[in-house]
Amino acid sequence: MGGLALMIAASVNAGTVLALAGLGLLVNERAGVLNLGAEGMMLMGALAGYATALSIHAPGVGMLAGYLAGAAAGAAMAALFGWLAIGIGTNQYATGLALSLFGVGFSAFAGAGLVDKQLPERARDGIPMLRDLPVVGPALFGYHPLVYGAVLLAAGLAWFFFRSRSGLLLRAVGESPESAHALGHRVRLIRLGAVVFGGAMCGLAGAYVSLAYTHLWVENLIAGRGWIALALTTFATWRPARVLLGAYLFGGLTMLQFHLQERGVQIESHLLGMIPYAATVVVLVLISRRAAWIRHNMPASLGRIFRPGT
Amino acid sequence: MLRLVPRTPPSRALTLAAPLIALALTVVLGAILFRILGQPPGRALALFFLEPLRGADAWSELAVKATPLALVALGLCVCFRANVWNIGAEGQYIVGALGATWVAMRATDTTSTFAILPAIAIVGALAGAAWAAIVAFLRDRWNANEILVSLMLVYVAEMLLGYLTYGPWKDPDGYNFPQTIQFLPVTQVPLLAEGHRAHVGLFVAIAAAVIAWLFLFRTYGGFQLAVGGQAPRAARYAGFSARRSLWTALLTSGALSGLAGAIEVTGPLGQLTPHLPVGYGFTGIIVAFVGRLHPIGVLLSSILMSMLYIGGELAQSRLGLPQALSGVFQGLLLFTLLACDALANYKILSVAPKRIERAVA
Repeated sequence: MGGLALMIAASVNAGTVLALAGLGLLVNERAGVLNLGAEGMMLMGALAGYATALSIHAPGVGMLAGYLAGAAAGAAMAALFGWLAIGIGTNQYATGLALSLFGVGFSAFAGAGLVDKQLPERARDGIPMLRDLPVVGPALFGYHPLVYGAVLLAAGLAWFFFRSRSGLLLRAVGESPESAHALGHRVRLIRLGAVVFGGAMCGLAGAYVSLAYTHLWVENLIAGRGWIALALTTFATWRPARVLLGAYLFGGLTMLQFHLQERGVQIESHLLGMIPYAATVVVLVLISRRAAWIRHNMPASLGRIFRPGT
Repeated sequence: MLRLVPRTPPSRALTLAAPLIALALTVVLGAILFRILGQPPGRALALFFLEPLRGADAWSELAVKATPLALVALGLCVCFRANVWNIGAEGQYIVGALGATWVAMRATDTTSTFAILPAIAIVGALAGAAWAAIVAFLRDRWNANEILVSLMLVYVAEMLLGYLTYGPWKDPDGYNFPQTIQFLPVTQVPLLAEGHRAHVGLFVAIAAAVIAWLFLFRTYGGFQLAVGGQAPRAARYAGFSARRSLWTALLTSGALSGLAGAIEVTGPLGQLTPHLPVGYGFTGIIVAFVGRLHPIGVLLSSILMSMLYIGGELAQSRLGLPQALSGVFQGLLLFTLLACDALANYKILSVAPKRIERAVA
């Protein structure tokens, strides 16, 4: 039982990275913008968070400032993307790709001096007392605040998309920007806002990786998680609760390799390392097989440039 | 109030000038970056844009790096023109190198160079094409997004490379380093001149560019591919097969990336190590765009991008800056290029808000 609880805890911790980024990307995709720059934004967030936390010596404040800096770095990257892809109408695929390539290069460059610097020891996560309960303690109450934050975010987004007026407007912009524009709404401004929010969440997810999950900074720390988060929005057919669930499942898959190794299963570590990436492909195939279902759920203007008055 | 108005047709002069304007902007941004880093901008920029052109050795190194970049980017030209977003060329490059290594390790002292070199090239290209075929198959059969699949396969290919070099292919006499045996001299890609690293792969890249040009602009298949990419509905109406374009684009791109990997591993490297991938597959994307998705443009832009790679190495050895600096420059170049491109397609007009709009607001 204790082993199972720890396994769940590990999956949830790993999944939270994907959940935060995936939920953020969900918002801009619902508004009709596909930002392939997730990997770059997460790397920049991870680096900005790490550098900030290192430079502020008061431990609690440093961490908090780190998360804020991570979100700000992601948002800044996203704003750059938004200015190009929404403002002057560059190709969304190419611009997002540029954002990822730039983020990979820039974070490796700017973070080269931080590789051997260590953060102070982290206080134990979770809710005091409750986290020490047997089984349910580690499985439910022993997490980093952002783990609960991701759950709240998913619930909040579900309410926002399907129960609020502004959420309806956001979806309208993603489904039919022409109609929203004709009704007098500022399509490009709404899209820019959604993109910046998505970037901030990606940056926060990145900071969560460097500050809490791995607790260190190395070049290319994110290792494809940004791309998996992008795939996740498709798996989830653009629904917040499914993004969260999918993230935990994928978190579990990443953990699988370590569990197998612990149990002494004789598989070479590189082959086990393929699991999350191969699984992404397999799940993507399983979901995409039903093309009509995907098309039905996908925001209709996803990836298309909108220019008022044309 | 500023407004973007489409130019019809897009300004041809600006389309061709965009890479140059983008390069100039990148240099300016680079100078600002060096300033911030406390490096004298002039000296640092010289490492990127002058040093790589100084002397025969420098030209040879330029060719060594431009060769794989050009091969990868030529394949991506075909893909992007067909609107097939293969961004996993890095994986196809790795798997091509794995195929080539498999052949090269089988060479003996009696093997003929004339037999083994074509075998290496062919198996490398086939291996790369096979890796890309997974993407094409999953897209064709089950509609799986090619961006995500091709990218995930990069990570799988990296793991495969790690597995083979740490495991079954490890040199038994290599002091436990993760690397294969040194390939025999018969498998070595012939050098252009004794004492320099530049090799005949350069001619392979140039030949590939000519063939790609002929295919894209002088064959019916190339025409169908481009129409399918730019106007899918028109292509469907004309009865052009979208499936055939998809397969053509991905197999061509995979084969060229695989060939690049094969040439790299049996040329400059001479053995397989986990350090084989240095991002040529990703940089190739930038090379393709900067080269205007045109084979001749790609040859030119691969030289430019090779300069940036060498500049990064020089910045590391002479100024102690991280080598990743070349990645920063490449990313900046792509950004500025996209912005310049948008301005080739649209003009900015200053429009006074009309009274009716003010009334609505």
